[in-house]
Amino acid sequence: MSEIRNYTMNFGPQHPSAHGVLRLVLELDGETVVRADPHIGLLHRGTEKLIESKPFNQSIGYMDRLDYMSMMCSEHAYVRAIEQLLGIEPPMRAQYIRTMFDEITRIGNHMLWIGSSGIDLGAMTVFLYAFREREMTLDMYEAVSGARMHANYYRPGGVYRDLPDTVPQYKETPWTKGKKLKERNEWRQGSLLDFIEAFAKDFPSKVDEYETLLTDNRIWKQRTVNIGVLSPERALQLGCTGPMLRGSGVEWDLRKKQPYAAYDKIDFDIPVGVNGDCYDRYLVRVEEMRQSARIILQCVDWLRANPGSVMLKNFKVIPPTREEMKDDMEALIHHFKLFTEGYSVPQGETYAAVEAPKGEFGCYLVSDGANKPFRAHLRAPGFVHLSAMDEMVKGHMLGDVVALMGTMDIVFGEVDR
Amino acid sequence: MIEVSKSLSDELVVVFGDKIAVSESVSGMVTVQVPVEQWLETAQTLRDDPRFAFNQLSDLCGVDYLGFGQVEWETTEATREGFSRGVEGMGPGRFDWQHRPESSHAEKRFGVVAHLLSTVHNMRLRMKTFASDEGLPIVPSLVEIWNCANWYEREAFDLYGVIFEGHPDLRRILTDYGFTGHPMRKDFPLIGNVTVRYDEEKGRVVYEPVEIEPRVLVPRVIRGDSSYKADDIDKAADEEAKSLASGTE
Repeated sequence: MSEIRNYTMNFGPQHPSAHGVLRLVLELDGETVVRADPHIGLLHRGTEKLIESKPFNQSIGYMDRLDYMSMMCSEHAYVRAIEQLLGIEPPMRAQYIRTMFDEITRIGNHMLWIGSSGIDLGAMTVFLYAFREREMTLDMYEAVSGARMHANYYRPGGVYRDLPDTVPQYKETPWTKGKKLKERNEWRQGSLLDFIEAFAKDFPSKVDEYETLLTDNRIWKQRTVNIGVLSPERALQLGCTGPMLRGSGVEWDLRKKQPYAAYDKIDFDIPVGVNGDCYDRYLVRVEEMRQSARIILQCVDWLRANPGSVMLKNFKVIPPTREEMKDDMEALIHHFKLFTEGYSVPQGETYAAVEAPKGEFGCYLVSDGANKPFRAHLRAPGFVHLSAMDEMVKGHMLGDVVALMGTMDIVFGEVDR
Repeated sequence: MIEVSKSLSDELVVVFGDKIAVSESVSGMVTVQVPVEQWLETAQTLRDDPRFAFNQLSDLCGVDYLGFGQVEWETTEATREGFSRGVEGMGPGRFDWQHRPESSHAEKRFGVVAHLLSTVHNMRLRMKTFASDEGLPIVPSLVEIWNCANWYEREAFDLYGVIFEGHPDLRRILTDYGFTGHPMRKDFPLIGNVTVRYDEEKGRVVYEPVEIEPRVLVPRVIRGDSSYKADDIDKAADEEAKSLASGTE
């Protein structure tokens, strides 16, 4: 019998299920993976270096471009780090708005995840279903910030502006008119809060639809059950957070354990898995979507009952409004200083973490007292999860690499930074 | 959270004594500064001692303290030079470690910062060390203690040139294949050193020195006169609440 040798295969960087630009060097023994060596950095933009070169507020926009599927959660970590260094606390209404939009982001992220990992494993339909609802989360982003994805909405000391009273509506086109147009605009007649409420009330029924497509689907189960099993101990050792950790049965969620924004005033549950395989992580994410809808409804109720300011009144950090600027010299000076120089942040260092949809997104910020950060390090959950790839994929088949990449929910914007 | 960190810093002093420096930062997180020789030993104790049980490494990164506290724009006195002072000033990246200004605060240049998390006690800890040599910074590797340190240390090596002794696979991770230099160092220019483009005639990708000029749009300044004190903000918030209340009446 002739000698059989392992051979090395290149997966990506241009591969439809590489979720961006991942180059994966796989050493195969037949069809079994012996070693996986992910080569990352193809999307490296030097975000951290750029942050060091700009005043604090100008870098909020970079956060949207890190994990470009959960934009506001990354912003949240960064503005929280600045707020901790400055020692300021945003008003309660801003905290609730942040909580609500973090959850809208979570729903949007998980819907992209369920759709794209469905496609990776051969389930086309769920992608179309998920994107039908995902569109609405982007519309909420647009209504509140003007941008569908890169919102740049959170600021140190609050959020940029209050929730609008109207929601943009669909216009008539040759394809969308009459009854169909009316149906599409049905939820958009009132304020943004009405729209969000209608969406969140209806959303669990949509999650049921995704579940009928996947949860008992024989092919889906064959591709995910017992694939990429992580024990709780290994998951902690490998730095897994978020659904990757909860799928292994560790009940750890920063929203509950180290609450920030308004999470300590809100009632919700943390789903955990049992076996720590891809299927359990799928179930955890599905349940998280339902919990997010629950959180959103509680935030809507609170926000309806409590109007007020969404920004601190502290002109050393927060620019005055246009009207104040027009008839107050003091306000004009503050405005000028804030937009030419920014604010100086007291010397110190801090680490602020939020529970982003993919896991713990942290921001380590060092200030030497200047108007620019001295050092900012962004702890991206995807980076750590991808480093566990080698261990998780060992002994699995080539086709399972795709299942694992799906379950890690990797976005290269945050992995490469 | 504050009470947790109080007892944590007490425990740390009890266990490690004066081998490490314990301090508390703004957000109430305890920081321990460890001499580089004690780095591994301290990490091992922090993970295995049931009083700490830091079972996860959340984050690890390098820091370059060149130019810490250095400004580009001294604005204490009036001058005719205006904005050019900021553009040509002594900001980070405009001098190297040998020629650093006297006023620089940092004694050591390269630091490594690790953030630990204990899911058992629900607490965090920042662990910090400085490499003793600026030319060849060497820090022991934590991979054996927390496996996820692997890529973090590769990243710190790539971006700062910190060598992690005992790391199983210390390769570059984020930068291009064949990259020279360590881009996050403060003396590495923001615009980089080389540009890459496809050359039609040669039929391949070529590397050339950068042509763009470095620009400073906002000079780096340090101001101690801004007040973010809590009582000021409380006062403002009170006034706001009052004006809101009067608005609704």
